[in-house]
Amino acid sequence: MLDIKSLSASIDGKKILNGFNLKIKPGEVHAIMGPNGSGKSTLANVLTGKNGYEIKGQVLYQGKDLLDLPIEERAQKGLFMAFQYPLEIAGVNTNNFLKTSLNTIRKVRGQKEVDSLDFLKLVKTKTKNLKIDEKILSRQLNVGFSGGEKKKNEILQMTILEPKLAILDETDSGLDIDALRIVSDGVNALRSKERSFLIITHYQRLLDYIKPDFVHVLVDGKIAKTGCGELAVELEKVGYEKMGANK
Amino acid sequence: MKQQELEKSKEYKYGFTTDIESVRAPKGLNEEVIRFISKIKKEPEWMLSWRLKAYSRLKNVKEPNWQKPKYPKIDYQNLYYYSAPKSAQDKPKSLDEVDPKLLETYAKLGISLKEQEKLSGVAVDAVFDSVSVATTFKDKLTEKGIIFCPISEAIQKHPDLVKKYIGSVIPITDHYFATLNSAVFTDGSFVYIPEGVRCPMELSTYFRINASETGQFERTLIIADKGSYVSYLEGCTAPMRDENQLHAANVELIALDDAEIKYSTIQNWYPGDENGKGGIYNFVTKRGACRGKNSKISWTQVETGSAITWKYPSCILQGDNSVGEFYSVAITNNYQKADTGTKMIHLGKNTKSKIISKGISAGHGDNTYRGLVRISSKAKNSRNYTQCDSLLMGNKCGAHTVPYIENKNSSSIIEHEATTSKISEEQLFYCNQRGLNQEEAVSLIVNGFCKEVLQQLPMEFAVEAQKLVGISLEGSVG
Repeated sequence: MLDIKSLSASIDGKKILNGFNLKIKPGEVHAIMGPNGSGKSTLANVLTGKNGYEIKGQVLYQGKDLLDLPIEERAQKGLFMAFQYPLEIAGVNTNNFLKTSLNTIRKVRGQKEVDSLDFLKLVKTKTKNLKIDEKILSRQLNVGFSGGEKKKNEILQMTILEPKLAILDETDSGLDIDALRIVSDGVNALRSKERSFLIITHYQRLLDYIKPDFVHVLVDGKIAKTGCGELAVELEKVGYEKMGANK
Repeated sequence: MKQQELEKSKEYKYGFTTDIESVRAPKGLNEEVIRFISKIKKEPEWMLSWRLKAYSRLKNVKEPNWQKPKYPKIDYQNLYYYSAPKSAQDKPKSLDEVDPKLLETYAKLGISLKEQEKLSGVAVDAVFDSVSVATTFKDKLTEKGIIFCPISEAIQKHPDLVKKYIGSVIPITDHYFATLNSAVFTDGSFVYIPEGVRCPMELSTYFRINASETGQFERTLIIADKGSYVSYLEGCTAPMRDENQLHAANVELIALDDAEIKYSTIQNWYPGDENGKGGIYNFVTKRGACRGKNSKISWTQVETGSAITWKYPSCILQGDNSVGEFYSVAITNNYQKADTGTKMIHLGKNTKSKIISKGISAGHGDNTYRGLVRISSKAKNSRNYTQCDSLLMGNKCGAHTVPYIENKNSSSIIEHEATTSKISEEQLFYCNQRGLNQEEAVSLIVNGFCKEVLQQLPMEFAVEAQKLVGISLEGSVG
């Protein structure tokens, strides 16, 4: 699914990722943990194609070079990111945004566009399954949403777009326990043999709900340690410093 | 989208010229030319003397210069004031007699006059340079007593109505361009809806400038008699030319007791090239009088074209309980400039007005909202709500809001809200990450921004306007 080979990324001359390697196979769930400033969000941004980074190295996505593709083409090919800080767009109705997004992606994939009525049915089922108040659909995109509502909206979008590889960038931060459960249920419901996840988080808490296949500890722009679920628990106990953060 | 297609779509789609033989008045502005126009239009004596009165006034007034967009001095003696396709000189009686070249022109603009007559429920008056070349659905409208015809025809056939109302909202003494128009106006539409009649279809005029070095002086007059209703829409395009061309229109609306007029504009005159060369000067006076009680006039405008747009569609709320509305989207991209807004003059009791203005600036575009809300001492319990929003794209464009409020009545309520926002890189990244390309993302955000205004358009045109908004801003990001 994803093969990252000695990836380096700098912003304004400052090196953030430094020889980062990672392989994700279809169906796998990888968690990346790390202290502030270790490069977690940079990794997500570089993979999705955000501007402003100087990049070296190679990333293969489904066997093809990812880094040359424009942002929207990566998305159209099934790469999704749940944003740490979802953007507010005034005037744009949430339902309309979701529908436009889904239909753009479907069109590129050669699928038929979903009409308004069918879409409404689909989105209503999904909100119900995710226990999200469907009122958010008629509101302006993320405008005036609480932190929890914004994150739930990200999960709703992920559920509707059915990506092949989903990156969750600190989706758990700032969530109360109920919202955390809704987010986790959303992810777990989407887990399948074909779909992979890259979950970026500060805390082990989320991994109580979403059981990862691998946990990586990111320190100073590269993976310092890799393990299974227990690694997260251990991290929580001893902190990042013991894991090689040379501070 | 492939690069080539993208380049293509960025061009002004309506920039072609129709090669057609035309009849012109001699170049320049003088009494002879005015007499020429009046004669070729077979006008009665009173119309000619009205024109001449305006012309003699014109010699003593100067062009206003308080507007934000400045322009090089216009040489009024170096313009043609009348240009018409030769074939349209004797007005064709039916569509079958219309010059195929003209029908083809309108078909290319997306208005198939022949099909329009059969299929859609929109009656169209097509104005080409200085003359109306065709009006559809005439018979069906006549059944209801509705008059929808070129104003030149109305002057001959319905002189009493024209005489009574022309210049009654925009007097010939109003200001330079209104006076100029009164002297040299050539064609435009005339609409009369009789008492109690609800016009069964959209009425629409399509203005096309074709000839070079020619000014277009449109004159439109719409009268809604007691208890009647009409929805009217105008569209405008012009060829791509290096010269600046002048379009100075006068539009007058009159709504009597309990009558309603909805007037929509989709203005897509040639905006000039990406370096600001060429384009139309759109200097227009539009004013409606809510003369009767409980009457209503609603202006909706989508202004995407023209090098300079300078207009204030206004409402004079004379009748008690009358309502005036102004919904506007103005887009300035590249080097386009706009100074637009409205005047709401409250004279009657319990009069209400609503102003929703959305200005979008991109490239080096400069956008000014200028508006006046005046509440007289007699306008008890009157209300105004104004909302002016500006959206900026990039860091070379400008947005300005200049609201004037004059209130002489303590029982009135006036509200004014204004915002300025910018499309951020982060917002675009978010949309891109959801599979939308740059243009689609901008179109989505911008259409969301001006949704309140676009919703006011008749359904047949709303989709078209949405697309136009997207196209006007293509190439403005990234």
